[in-house]
Amino acid sequence: MSVAKRIVIEPVTRVEGHGKVTILLDENGKVVQARLHIVEFRGFERFIQGRPFWEVPVLVQRLCGICPVSHHLAAAKAMDRVVGGEKLTPTAEKMRRLMHYGQIYQSHALHFFHLSSPDLLFGFDADVGIRNVIGVAGKYPDLAVQAVMMRKYGQEIIKATAGKKIHGTGAIPGGINKNLSLAERDGLLKEVEQQIAWSKGAVKIAKDYTVENLTKLAPFGSFDSNHLSLVRSDGAMDLYDGNLRAIDAQGKVILDQVDCQKYLDFIAEEVRDWSYMKFPFIRSLGPDKGWYRVGPLARLNTATFIDTPLAEAARKEFVAVTSGKPNNVTMAYHWARMIELLHAMEKMQALLNDKDLQGKDLVVKGQRREVGIGLLEAPRGTLFHHYVVDKNDMIVAANLIVSTTNNNEPMNRAVAKVARDHLQGVEITEALLNHVEVAIRAYDPCLSCATHALGQMPLMLAVVDHRGQVLDEKSRG
Amino acid sequence: MRQADDKVLLYGFGNPARGDDGLGPALVEAIAALALPGVRVDANYQLTVEDAAEMGHYQAVVFVDAATDGPSPFWFSRIDDSGVGRLGFSSHSVTPAEVVALARDLFGTKVAAYALGIRGHAFGEFDEGLSVPARDNLDQAVAFARKALAERRFEEYVQEFGYPAAGLGGSTWKA
Repeated sequence: MSVAKRIVIEPVTRVEGHGKVTILLDENGKVVQARLHIVEFRGFERFIQGRPFWEVPVLVQRLCGICPVSHHLAAAKAMDRVVGGEKLTPTAEKMRRLMHYGQIYQSHALHFFHLSSPDLLFGFDADVGIRNVIGVAGKYPDLAVQAVMMRKYGQEIIKATAGKKIHGTGAIPGGINKNLSLAERDGLLKEVEQQIAWSKGAVKIAKDYTVENLTKLAPFGSFDSNHLSLVRSDGAMDLYDGNLRAIDAQGKVILDQVDCQKYLDFIAEEVRDWSYMKFPFIRSLGPDKGWYRVGPLARLNTATFIDTPLAEAARKEFVAVTSGKPNNVTMAYHWARMIELLHAMEKMQALLNDKDLQGKDLVVKGQRREVGIGLLEAPRGTLFHHYVVDKNDMIVAANLIVSTTNNNEPMNRAVAKVARDHLQGVEITEALLNHVEVAIRAYDPCLSCATHALGQMPLMLAVVDHRGQVLDEKSRG
Repeated sequence: MRQADDKVLLYGFGNPARGDDGLGPALVEAIAALALPGVRVDANYQLTVEDAAEMGHYQAVVFVDAATDGPSPFWFSRIDDSGVGRLGFSSHSVTPAEVVALARDLFGTKVAAYALGIRGHAFGEFDEGLSVPARDNLDQAVAFARKALAERRFEEYVQEFGYPAAGLGGSTWKA
């Protein structure tokens, strides 16, 4: 297996990174490419090597303050393979699923209401002094409170299943280390109906906005692409487990039911000299045609159906807009994200009423292996964890493909499309900054793999001519 | 306005796997071991919007964080939530000032909020453990926090230990 090269970026900054966008022009001043430079997590391979494998599901949570549960569970799934315990007990699998749906729920709620809703509620071109969460709190206080309470509910689910708010220890190789007590269950059940109602309301907001503004949104940062995600063996959306499926922009199947343990036979990563983040692609199509989108939009496109009734009804409305064909509208990510939010809440409701969660059979083990691969659908898309463990139980190699890396090429394409449509001359206008921001945000990139954000994450935008000369440069944030 | 409990929340944030970024949680861990009366401790990798819902339970909140600049071993400033602006374009975390502003706007909570910044030196790569100078700073910050949480003369400490950095609002910290 290939081991990711350790990359150190200087100057080391404590801020979680910045989003630096370079727009490249040709000799005629036309946009030829946009490059989104993202500071990815650094030094993880070195950090993890030499650690005992059972520590990994806890250690990997330190990769990211935003989606620690996704890393926790992906690593645990990989280590299930190492201990030969991949066929979990019903209690273990359902506890993990509950934890995962809690993570999806809180993450999607945060993104939609606190990061994206200002764009939707106030318009892309509204003053940035208003177009923010504080602005939403001022004009739509009920919505803002609701969003906080949805996020809080997801966090409470995580705490009850992972054991604590941070550095959760719930998932262990081959299972889980606790079940859900009746007191925990009853406390969480009290809020279920309210959370379902809020989730339905969120889908309505996203749907109404998208449908009412479709003419404007359809071309915004949009392009045809492949889509990739895990699906269940019957094609249903499955955010925790399943096999890989990829389709093209027209819906033609590229891959289907690919065993995650064989992902390297189907997925490769390209290195480009200008980016620290790799560019994954489907091997059979090559890097030029094999790149793909992941995340809510991709999952809505790849799934044959959703196995919860309210989300499935919402999915049918979603696919009707494109007459059953894949939806390639970048801004449709928001609608897809809210359908998943509702699905996650329905799943949590069902799980909380499932007596298996109070079961006592928590761990299984089988034949020891040296390689462990774990994939799941994190809030932002497919997450790959791959480890090699030596005979002394120590990690000797690790390779991770995080969701934001999977969306690397699409985010660059989205920015390029926006630049082509909105760059006039070489001057970076407020409107261009706004539109680049909105396009990137649709993908919900998680850039918190570096240290936490003290202060805010600046967006830096530069226009560069064909000789490499910077024609204009602006920063915001 | 909510009736706040007569408690102080000491809230450290940072990633312990990022070298000195873990100073905030490290201080909280040290104070937690003392079990000071009327003090609740909490820690997280970063602050999030739901933290705003908790502010109403406290008379005062002290956010503890690693500092990349300012005086060693630590500084102590008042958090100014006026004029809190936008979130970063894709950042999922919020600043102490944004937590306080959201608590005010969404939950009608007015809480006295302060920041204790402990000067760190090594940030960046994954590396558990604090640098030697950061450890020294932590020891002095723990001694200060212990005294401050007992005496609760926060405004006086702002005068004594405030970090009057340019653009940060004098002795207040507008993160």
